[in-house]
Amino acid sequence: MGGHLNINHLIFLGQGALWTIGLSVIALIGGGIVGFVIALARISPLKPVRIASAVYVQLVQGTPLLVILFLGYFGLAAIGLKVSPLTAAGASLTLYVAAYLGEIWRGCIQSVPKPQWEAAEGLALTRTQRMIKVILPQAIRIATPPTVGFMVQIIKNTSLASVVGFVELMRSGQIVNNSLFEPFAIYAIIAVTYFAMCYPLSLFSQRLERRMGRGRSNLAPA
Amino acid sequence: MSLQLDFPAVMERWPSFLAGAALTLELAFFATLLGALIGTLAAVGRGSRSSLIAGACKVYVEAIRNTPLLVQIFLVYFGLASLGLKFSAFTVAVAALTINVGAYTAEIMRAGFEAIPRGQIEAAEGLALSRLQIYWHIILLPAVEKVYPALTSQFVLLMLASSVCSQISAEELTAVANYIQSDTYRAFETYIIVAVLYVILSLVMRAGFWGLGLVLFPRRRRLGTPL
Repeated sequence: MGGHLNINHLIFLGQGALWTIGLSVIALIGGGIVGFVIALARISPLKPVRIASAVYVQLVQGTPLLVILFLGYFGLAAIGLKVSPLTAAGASLTLYVAAYLGEIWRGCIQSVPKPQWEAAEGLALTRTQRMIKVILPQAIRIATPPTVGFMVQIIKNTSLASVVGFVELMRSGQIVNNSLFEPFAIYAIIAVTYFAMCYPLSLFSQRLERRMGRGRSNLAPA
Repeated sequence: MSLQLDFPAVMERWPSFLAGAALTLELAFFATLLGALIGTLAAVGRGSRSSLIAGACKVYVEAIRNTPLLVQIFLVYFGLASLGLKFSAFTVAVAALTINVGAYTAEIMRAGFEAIPRGQIEAAEGLALSRLQIYWHIILLPAVEKVYPALTSQFVLLMLASSVCSQISAEELTAVANYIQSDTYRAFETYIIVAVLYVILSLVMRAGFWGLGLVLFPRRRRLGTPL
């Protein structure tokens, strides 16, 4: 069929890769904000808030992202909003990322040693002060490696946005393939591109984890 | 903004939904079994003294973990086709999911192996157990017991990820949904039902793994450690 892979195809794939990064950043920021609220809600002193956020997490983590994307895409249309694939994909990914980041961060907040809470309480700090001045600074340190690791999942998962017609790396590959019909070569190029985006993050996350492990063992009593 | 939902029109198709859900479970079942096997082999391989085997296993794990499942499925699908091999969509889906989950399982199993204290292996050597006996009783079974919760959530995630196989038209739950929504024009209702079905499937799988854990690890039950 239509000729060989040329520079224009590669430029088109490159644009797709940029959109993959763009969508990942949107999902990370949106999911990070909502996820932070979820993490706090999961450990809230109010039972209804705890239950509601737990139900949210269970529902999202029990549903495939692909179905969430379809729900976002058709759901927003069903309530009469005309949405672009970018809006639908961004909103769906935000909801999805929030559930996972919320759980990761809840774990990190809860792994701050209990005496820290008690000491802060003993200093007569309010709950908000305890959170902001004592717990969160330590939780952020613990949360950094798994959050960087989860960014790899976000980048990979944006490939599913191709099914609602958002032209990121995967979709641009499918489009190029439609004109060239050399699927194996093109998907191999795409796989290598995803790998080039994800592997440095994986390595970085592993390094952070090792460094933290060392830091902790130094602090441990002899 | 107005929202009108018409569930009865979609619920008429319940036999198709059930068939899709059954196929999703079937996909997950085979990929879990094969993936556990390949993952364990890859985890053992990474600890191999031969740097060639260890390197190959590391490349496999890192390549899979840093590329999207969707791309892997297409690569397997078109890769097999370009080799001139024709398989059903179901077989291709099982193959791709197995390759995918194998890499994640390998990492979990490796963590389990590393958690086995060296002293226990030395003690087993002192008792003159054979290499095979040491691998089975001292390393593999206790490692699986340690990482069982992580393994099972990995397999539930695999079941959810199998929805991506709808893209090569394996007739699982999401593919059924795509077909029904294009037939009834009731997209939102269809995907709500499908989402509920997936939540039920993951609850069923979790309960199943929990029960299996009670049977497999009676020691754990006696100790009263939560799974």
